Amino acid sequence: MENHLLSIVTFLPVFGAVIIALIPKEKLDIIRWGAAAITGLQLILAIWILYIFDFSSSEVQLQEHFAWIPAFNIEYFMGIDGLSAPMILLTALLSFLAVFTSWNIEKAQKGYFALFLLLDAGMMGVFSSLDFFLFYIFWEVMLLPMYFLIGIWGGPQREYAAIKFFLYTLFGSVLLLLGMLALYFISEPHTFNMLILAEHSSQFGNALLLGMNAGKVIFILLFIGFAIKVPIFPFHTWLPLAHVEAPTAISVILAGVLLKMGTYGFLRISFPVLKDATLWFALPLAILGLINVIYGAMAALAQRDLKKMVAYSSVSHMGFVLLGMAALTPAGMNGAVFQMFNHGTISAMLFMLVGVVYDRAHHRDIEGFGGIAKVVPIYAGVTAMAFFAGLGLPGFSGFISEALCFIGAFPVFTWITIFATVGIVLNAAYFLWAYQRIFMGELNSKYENLEEINNRELFALIPLAVITFFLGVYPTPMLNLMSSTLNHLVEAVKTAGMVAGL
Amino acid sequence: MNLNQIMTDLSYFIPEMMLTGILLLVILFDLFQKADTSIRSGYVALGGLILVTIALLGQDVSTSVGIFSNMLAVDPFGNFLKILVTVGTILVMWMSFNSNELKNRRVGEYYTLLLTLVLGMYFLVSATHLLSIYISLEMVSIMSYLLSGYLKEQMRSNEASIKYVVFGAFSSGILLYGFSLLYGLTGSADIFEIQAALSAGTVSPALMMIILVMILVGFGYKIAAVPFHFWTPDVYEGAPAPITAFLSVAPKAAGFAIIIRFFNVALSSAGNPNMEAWAALSNMDWQAVMGILAILSMTVGNVIALQQSNIKRMLAYSSIAHAGYMLLGVVVADQTGIAAVLYYAAVYMLMNLGAFFVAIHIKNEFDTEEIEDYKALGYKAPVLGVIMAIFMFSLTGLPPTGGFVAKFYIFRALIEYGDMYFWLAMIGLINGVVSLYYYMRVVKAMYFGKIELPDTVHHAPVNITILLSVLAIPLLFAWMLGDPLSTFAQNAVQFFIK
Repeated sequence: MENHLLSIVTFLPVFGAVIIALIPKEKLDIIRWGAAAITGLQLILAIWILYIFDFSSSEVQLQEHFAWIPAFNIEYFMGIDGLSAPMILLTALLSFLAVFTSWNIEKAQKGYFALFLLLDAGMMGVFSSLDFFLFYIFWEVMLLPMYFLIGIWGGPQREYAAIKFFLYTLFGSVLLLLGMLALYFISEPHTFNMLILAEHSSQFGNALLLGMNAGKVIFILLFIGFAIKVPIFPFHTWLPLAHVEAPTAISVILAGVLLKMGTYGFLRISFPVLKDATLWFALPLAILGLINVIYGAMAALAQRDLKKMVAYSSVSHMGFVLLGMAALTPAGMNGAVFQMFNHGTISAMLFMLVGVVYDRAHHRDIEGFGGIAKVVPIYAGVTAMAFFAGLGLPGFSGFISEALCFIGAFPVFTWITIFATVGIVLNAAYFLWAYQRIFMGELNSKYENLEEINNRELFALIPLAVITFFLGVYPTPMLNLMSSTLNHLVEAVKTAGMVAGL
Repeated sequence: MNLNQIMTDLSYFIPEMMLTGILLLVILFDLFQKADTSIRSGYVALGGLILVTIALLGQDVSTSVGIFSNMLAVDPFGNFLKILVTVGTILVMWMSFNSNELKNRRVGEYYTLLLTLVLGMYFLVSATHLLSIYISLEMVSIMSYLLSGYLKEQMRSNEASIKYVVFGAFSSGILLYGFSLLYGLTGSADIFEIQAALSAGTVSPALMMIILVMILVGFGYKIAAVPFHFWTPDVYEGAPAPITAFLSVAPKAAGFAIIIRFFNVALSSAGNPNMEAWAALSNMDWQAVMGILAILSMTVGNVIALQQSNIKRMLAYSSIAHAGYMLLGVVVADQTGIAAVLYYAAVYMLMNLGAFFVAIHIKNEFDTEEIEDYKALGYKAPVLGVIMAIFMFSLTGLPPTGGFVAKFYIFRALIEYGDMYFWLAMIGLINGVVSLYYYMRVVKAMYFGKIELPDTVHHAPVNITILLSVLAIPLLFAWMLGDPLSTFAQNAVQFFIK
């Protein structure tokens, strides 16, 4: 059955942005509630999509086809499977909650919410498009609002952070474009359709590009494009800056959704389309994952700025995703995608909490607090929960996904996995140490009158906390959602490797 | 050649004759105008150009012919470019009416010269004979010298004109020398006969290389490719701003037209000008020469543009870089490559004219050309700010703007052609990332930094807002509509072949 749910979910925010642009800027409440209504509606639609989604099938569902530029065989092709469905839910959820985190934006609110909605549309588009060209357009369209959101509403170094983010990601995008065009011209018949490209996977392993194996060259091109987004060491240097300078809600989106696009790109395009090259690159990918885990955690340990610490913790957590997917085992793959979702919710919580304290104290220096748990017990409690979730304590969703990543990776990359477990200890170290310095000990007299977290902020945090806790105790629904697609993907890559004699 | 033949040829020559008539009419009309009413000559010129555009659109080019003993060709390729430069000129005239630089001045000659330049470009895009190529090139150049020096009492304008003349004279001298050698060696000045002589293989490749380098100097100067670009920044900065905008698009497009026509016809193997563009030169790597010119133009243009603080100079260097992107399409030189160049030229016209027009308006209203002074423009003049941002994004080549689509076609042609151009495509794309930095400096100045919301919002006059929207809106929707312009460009890749 053909319906247009995905298009509606994707373009609803564009419609919202236009509406908001038409509201006079003095009507602040209408603007905010308008944005909340649009993203709320989007969230309801996303949940409905999951409701009608057939969990047992690895097929692409809710497909929409429309011949867009027939001359180049470019299609408007939307559809979701078990890989994109969790991401759609995550995007809708975080967009909705981030509107509430943006409530106190001080200047040019109208422009802010309009751009925010455009960003939302771009993200939805990336996760629901199955034509590479369409995917690329959405991928790029996202950059513009992000550039303005960081550059206008960010912190003191916002202009530098914005252009650095833009230059880095555009650099990645042009390599992506090159890889995309190479895929298009090698595939016979020429197509951008990801599903057909995946079926013709063997063509790329046999073709030559620049005198080398085309599959490998294209894999490297796409790899750099996606790696910048994840970000994988050594392409991560834009991240701490952008995360720290961005306003809270945008940090939430950056960490919660944008980073996932990199790993999503691997699983959506690189893995299924370039199966031989994937097997060839699995070990380097696992090693890079290990570096991310250890390096991110070490860097987080060294930070005095709380937001920077959380930013580096993202680098570390994305390392688990890389390790899990590089293993190419069902457990690792499911763990990786589950970790993508969990990191989305947990890091969103962490950034929101950093935002809460920054709004009140106007600084984020870990050393500059001390003992504030006595003044703001509720805030301290929620933070404790988020930190525990972040360090992967059993009972929270992060534990399950990290454990799955390790279980999946251990038989394949035994030593790498053993070293990666050190990351867990380091993760615990910086979270606990930071918690201790901020909330425990002598109360810093400056903060005797620190204001407690308010209801609006709690409203944004509680759904995430509930999800984190629920999936930590009962992860089955989420794993069911994605497992048939992911197991199918693992199988396909493995079979291709068997055929090629790898 | 008998009278009948001439009459037949003239029937293919109607737009040019119309243009000549209008030109004479404007000169006569201007005689009866006082200085303060001489703007009316401009209105007459504009009206005339609109009529010529209609004539061009209605011209039947389904059968390509050579007219006046194959001096000129009438074919879809020439027709496309004629329409392109005419539309560009109409837009430039529209903006000229609003230019402060041209206020309180007798402007009759200005519009006359502009019309003459258009006529020169018509000849240039359809020339198929060394003589007609040279004469039309000179016609375009001399009018350009005069127009860049139009602000007689301004030092910068004089400097622009003189620099332009010196460079132009030098390079057209070299071009002429190359032409004369070519004529001497092949015994003909007709590019079809040159092609036949070259395919016969009687000309020594080494000598041919020297000749082609000389010819390339002449053409390269017209399109401002590195290393023939040295005149560009000073001329662009000193000339009246509407003329700068004009020079950066229309004569450049005409220059590309003659490069494409000359190389594809004169140097192709017989009968198949589109696929075997470089066949007559099989023993030299001519594509590599073009490729290197393209790389140099993109890189030098972009890197120097990074350091500019004046918007006109920044756009001048960026136009060098854009010439480089278009040259990439020329390197490919097959159907897709040439169609991509034509498409690029059209999109580039919209976005570059747009950027210049905003700069002119800012200069009129706020009296500045420094990018720094664009501070908070996005809040002071919201409509203007958004439109300028669209032009900047499009010039960078970001989706979903027309600039992206144009670049996409170029790089698509390169990668389709095969392995050897993959590096070229990569260098070109990375150059796009470099250009992001300086285009975004404009956006940054307009929107970022400490915002003090102004009390009053500046609204551009209605006619300028309309003009800018006419330029900006197609850029936003270029990717969406299955692309009529691209079909038009694709159909235009048909040369007259004898």
